[in-house]
Amino acid sequence: MAMAMTTAFEGALGQDLAVPAATVQTVATTKIATRDLCVAYGDKPALLGIDLDIPAHRVTALIGPSGCGKSTFLRCLNRMNDLIEGCRVAGRITLDGDDIHARGVDVVALRARVGMVFQKPNPFPKSIYDNVAYGPRIHGLARGRDETDAIVHASLERAGLLDEVSDRLGAPGTSLSGGQQQRLCIARAIAVAPEVILMDEPCSALDPIATARIEGLIDELSRDYTIVIVTHSMQQAARVSQTTAFFHLGEVVEAGPTEAIFTAPVDERTRAYVTGRIG
Amino acid sequence: MDSEHIVRAYDRDLERLDNLIAEMGGRAETMLADAVAALVRRDTDKAARTAAADRRIDALEAEIDALAMRVLALRQPMAEDLRVVIAGLKTAGDLERIGDYIRNMANRTVALSRTRSVGGAAQTIARMAAIVQTMLKNVLDAYAARDADKADDVRSRDADVDQLHTSLFRELLTYMMEDPRQITACTHLLFIAKNLERIGDHVTNIAEYVHLMVRGAKPEEGRPKGDRSSFTVIESEDGGDREDQS
Repeated sequence: MAMAMTTAFEGALGQDLAVPAATVQTVATTKIATRDLCVAYGDKPALLGIDLDIPAHRVTALIGPSGCGKSTFLRCLNRMNDLIEGCRVAGRITLDGDDIHARGVDVVALRARVGMVFQKPNPFPKSIYDNVAYGPRIHGLARGRDETDAIVHASLERAGLLDEVSDRLGAPGTSLSGGQQQRLCIARAIAVAPEVILMDEPCSALDPIATARIEGLIDELSRDYTIVIVTHSMQQAARVSQTTAFFHLGEVVEAGPTEAIFTAPVDERTRAYVTGRIG
Repeated sequence: MDSEHIVRAYDRDLERLDNLIAEMGGRAETMLADAVAALVRRDTDKAARTAAADRRIDALEAEIDALAMRVLALRQPMAEDLRVVIAGLKTAGDLERIGDYIRNMANRTVALSRTRSVGGAAQTIARMAAIVQTMLKNVLDAYAARDADKADDVRSRDADVDQLHTSLFRELLTYMMEDPRQITACTHLLFIAKNLERIGDHVTNIAEYVHLMVRGAKPEEGRPKGDRSSFTVIESEDGGDREDQS
């Protein structure tokens, strides 16, 4: 079941749905593509052959009930699942056309290109400054204090946090509020100049104001980065993403322009899920 | 989709919206039938009562607006639920306009009762009204049954109303040229015909919302338009008439 997210809906729905031009990108380049991606934890299958194209410089939302495989899918994209014992991954994942499981792929370098922000803000037990400087230092992106300073400031600014912390960069990252900590984690992800940012329910531990700030940030960041976000909030998926994929029992049931998924989904299972019905 | 929402109160909200639309539509149907009967029988009491009935339609629209706003804010509807709420909101707006047109017809009926009756114009209007009444009934049925095919049928009937309006327009102009004393009556009848033609347009809008609600997209082809009255000119000097096609 191939689901080219940028094109699957053009035939199915015609031009009747008023999808903003920015959403239907007929020439959007594919940043990440998965083909027949299967994942199992031990003998328990989690993903059953996912074919999905993630468009570049777009926000792609992954939605679906708990246990549907969306977080497993997300973790495959930067090989975080390699770290989970008993997890087997089959099928193909390409980043800019290159197989991320190919021999000789440096997983650390891959994770620098494909960064991740987790559900619960997880700053290192270090200063705000060092949280952001850590990545550039170990990846050798900054030579000397001046370059590190520049990266730290630019990253905090991109993450919309600089104004709030500029006078206390030496304070521990954990001293910040939850929303600030999450933006610190985003700054930390940005600091190593990634191409893709994966976000696993980045707002689920945040209040509505902090959530709105992160959502605004996601919107701005999508100009420079490809973003894939797992969220349980359909309103959030609708607000921040241009494309949405609905996962159910380890499969992608439906994928396409976000407006189409939330206004006129085609599959009965998608309709039941997005409308909050007993499916 | 027949299955229930996990939150049962959500189902009750949407049911209530449907019920309010059904009540509003039913009242508009009755008003239209009464207005036409009053016109044909020159019954001023009935016309006055019909005009007064519009107040309840306006109140129902306000009730639907408030309910739809509440559902949007509290439930944040998605997919067909969203379409149901939007269709309900827009349909209520169209029904409110329909009520206004009927009230205007009823008011003119009161004025018409003080004039001499004009040829067979009232009968032509009654014929036009019969089509509009059927359209209104069918679109409300289609709405309640979520029947997009039926809604599409209603939509295609609007061309008949438009054609009757055009011919009535020519007929009434002719009466006015024949006898200027009929101008007052004919002008009121022209407006009544125009009101019916506009009601047909609003019914057509509702048919399109039903289609959107059921199918997830507005109907594809542009709807047929048969109202040529805006282009109609009847000249008296040379005794001939023509329809300006420009």
